[in-house]
Amino acid sequence: MFESITQGLQGALTGIFRSGKLTEANIREGLKQVRQALLEADVEYNVATQFIEKVTAEAVGEKVLKSLRPDEQLIGIVHQQLIALMGPTDHSLHLRRDGINKIMMCGLQGAGKTTTCGKLARKLKAEGWKPLLVAADMQRPAAIEQLKTLGQQLDVPVYAEAPGGNPVAVCKNGLAHAKTAGANVVIFDTAGRLHVDDRLMFELEQIDSRVQPDQVYLVCDAMTGQDAVRSAKAFNDALELDGVILTKLDGDTRGGAAISVKQVTGVPIKFVGMGEQLDRLEPFHPDRMAGRILGMGDIVTLFERAQEEFDAEEMERQQQRMLKGRFTLEDFRNQMKQVRRLGSLGDIMKMIPGMGGLLDQFQNIDAEKDMGRIDAIISSMTLEERQNPDRIDRSRRTRIARGSGTDPADVNRLLKDFDNMSSMMQKMSGLGVKDRFRAVQDLAKVGGMNPAAGLQAQKQRSKRGPADADLAAEKKKKARKEAKKQRKKNR
Amino acid sequence: MGFFDKLKAGLKKTSQLLRTDIRDLFKSGEILSEKHLEQFEARLIQTDMGVAATTRIVSDLRQEHLGRTMKVDELWATVRATVKSILKGTSTTTYDPEQPLSPLNFSESRPTVILVAGVNGTGKTTTIAKLARLLTSQGKTVLLAAGDTFRAAAVEQLTLWSQRLGCDIVTKPAGTDPAAVAFAGCEAAVKAGVDVLIIDTAGRLHNQQNLMQELEKIRRVIAKQIPDAPHESLLVIDATTGQNGLNQAQAFSKAVSTTGLILSKLDGTARGGVAVAIRQQMGIPVKYVGVGEAIDDLEVFDPDQFAEALFAE
Ligand SMILES: Nc1nc2c(ncn2[C@@H]2O[C@H](COP(=O)(O)OP(=O)(O)OP(=O)(O)O)[C@@H](O)[C@H]2O)c(=O)[nH]1
Ligand SMILES: Nc1nc2c(ncn2[C@@H]2O[C@H](COP(=O)(O)OP(=O)(O)OP(=O)(O)O)[C@@H](O)[C@H]2O)c(=O)[nH]1
Ligand SMILES: [Mg+2]
Ligand SMILES: [Mg+2]
Repeated sequence: MFESITQGLQGALTGIFRSGKLTEANIREGLKQVRQALLEADVEYNVATQFIEKVTAEAVGEKVLKSLRPDEQLIGIVHQQLIALMGPTDHSLHLRRDGINKIMMCGLQGAGKTTTCGKLARKLKAEGWKPLLVAADMQRPAAIEQLKTLGQQLDVPVYAEAPGGNPVAVCKNGLAHAKTAGANVVIFDTAGRLHVDDRLMFELEQIDSRVQPDQVYLVCDAMTGQDAVRSAKAFNDALELDGVILTKLDGDTRGGAAISVKQVTGVPIKFVGMGEQLDRLEPFHPDRMAGRILGMGDIVTLFERAQEEFDAEEMERQQQRMLKGRFTLEDFRNQMKQVRRLGSLGDIMKMIPGMGGLLDQFQNIDAEKDMGRIDAIISSMTLEERQNPDRIDRSRRTRIARGSGTDPADVNRLLKDFDNMSSMMQKMSGLGVKDRFRAVQDLAKVGGMNPAAGLQAQKQRSKRGPADADLAAEKKKKARKEAKKQRKKNR
Repeated sequence: MGFFDKLKAGLKKTSQLLRTDIRDLFKSGEILSEKHLEQFEARLIQTDMGVAATTRIVSDLRQEHLGRTMKVDELWATVRATVKSILKGTSTTTYDPEQPLSPLNFSESRPTVILVAGVNGTGKTTTIAKLARLLTSQGKTVLLAAGDTFRAAAVEQLTLWSQRLGCDIVTKPAGTDPAAVAFAGCEAAVKAGVDVLIIDTAGRLHNQQNLMQELEKIRRVIAKQIPDAPHESLLVIDATTGQNGLNQAQAFSKAVSTTGLILSKLDGTARGGVAVAIRQQMGIPVKYVGVGEAIDDLEVFDPDQFAEALFAE
């Protein structure tokens, strides 16, 4: 289910690609699928429709019609328009150094207001500000206690009165308290309320007019469906929002609400909540969100994480070796180790554009286990063998298999796959980024990207008998040839 | 104000808009065309019921009315019938709104154990208070177990409700293994001989493996202590949730064999259509709906009324 959008979208765009030309008719069909994808991602219906109109206007033009790469261009336009819709970014809280800054949080019940107050306070404190939290939810049982607990955890003062009091008065008193307590940012945690609750919306307006907050943020649950437009609009009408904070994005929601909310309020999405812990607040990035909504993966986050996790020198060394065509099994294993540090294979695949759809194929392959096997095989080789796999003959193969607890055939497969991979890498090292991507995708299509694919096939074959083994090998050979041809054509 | 009235009140503010849409769409006297159906499809999407349920409703409409002169009332009758049949599922059991405990599966021997789970902030703790109120008002004795030891002041929140309800509660300090709270709850419930034990759990996102395993452990601990427990494993879903609700239902079902849904926050303008999708794709019934923050704001789910409210005119 999670990948259905990617698949749908890619299906539609593949159709366009196959026809070789971008016509108005086939762009419509493709965009219809984009719209479907947006709806399934919880983008509100009217917002999705308007968006498609905009993309159509953008795409059905002379320039695009003459284009040679319709699929890329279309997906590029969709992606760009989504980014444009959710941007521009503004991560600033617009704080002044003089006087007291006032930030007010509002939103529906359970959206994450109180938690986000804590997150903001933590961030501000780390930046050297002196935050004060004001507990203005006099309604929900233990809401005050909750904010106090967070304040304690952060060592940030909390202004609170007895429950049941008047929230407008509490906010006013809290502000007065900030002056005497020497705080320079006051964060008001208001009670959750429905946008159709006239009494409570009026109360919010009263707080707004009494306290005159500098910034009013709507806290919105990223899992919200079609209703997001109504609630966001109502809060914006009542309070003139300055920003939105999208919570619970650590879930697997597509997060189409981001588009809906941005569209109806027109204010920037400032931050996203990525977990319950108070350090899980991150700046909002439209490009990442666009990728997420389209199911194109979050390649930027992957790169960022890769940068954190990868040993830069090691990478540089490997790259040099790759360029020289001296990529050894040792390098291969090191690379695999680095990749594994990023997370599970499934997680990584999801983050690479176009790879999400492959996940289904992975489902019945225990990739993690097979990677472990590859690791074991390489470990059983001597250094000399790792650097010169050509020298591995039958008797060495048997020894390696025994040492790693695998089959000699497994060792053989690995060597073959490695051979394919290193020649591919040599080729790729001469390509531009775009072509490299395409090469990887082509490779993925024939199963070459999965380092464990060969091993897996072997395992299945041993069950099915040798006749099938040859057939499967033949098929794979053919597929590789096809892919090679395709790559040439695309160039 | 009853359930239906509240729903209607919530919907009223936007129903005007919806109604004109529908009137615009299905003009009595015109011939129902594919174009009409396509547009109607979009309207259904707006209830959050998702593509699959929408497709089924549209295909029923197509089958019965395509190419015929439209009569708005008849079209609506078809739509309502389909929605209701999805919501009722194949089971013959419908709940009796006059018997507020009819959706619950009670154990033959005390105590009946109810486990409540869901993603963050959906309304679990509040719903537990409402359920306890329903149970005590029907003469049952209730014990609560504050199994959310993670979120700030979650224990205090349920404790305050228990004080208002006048029922007992089992708590452990923040940070305790929630399975230990469940264990203590079971122990105390057996010892005190209460009718029903309700166990609160911390909100958790369904894609977080370790947290789902924690939940499985809670369930195992309960099952080990009390035969056939938990007798109800309820999933609280926020009515404003979009298609992610399906993922939630799937994951929670897998972890703790969800027996029913409680659709909270239906007093807003969200129509809770995702419950239709969940029922259609997974067969999990909705048992109750939450229609407010107060302790009496829980109603037995009535598919007929729900369908009416989805398309309230
Ligand atoms: N996973 C995850 N949970 C979050 C995030 N932000 C908040 N939560 C959780 O969501 C639940 C509700 O959060 P609160 O901060 O109490 O929400 P609220 O808007 O103050 O709720 P009310 O005051 O009752 O309206 C809690 O369980 C939080 O831990 C987030 O970014 N990710
Ligand atoms: N309008 C409305 N609000 C509700 C309803 N049910 C719960 N709430 C509110 O939703 C917010 C969250 O409710 P909780 O019961 O704390 O939710 P929870 O699922 O226990 O939250 P966590 O334990 O933090 O995951 C509170 O402000 C409740 O008052 C409902 O049916 N309607
Ligand atoms: Mg709160
Ligand atoms: Mg709770």
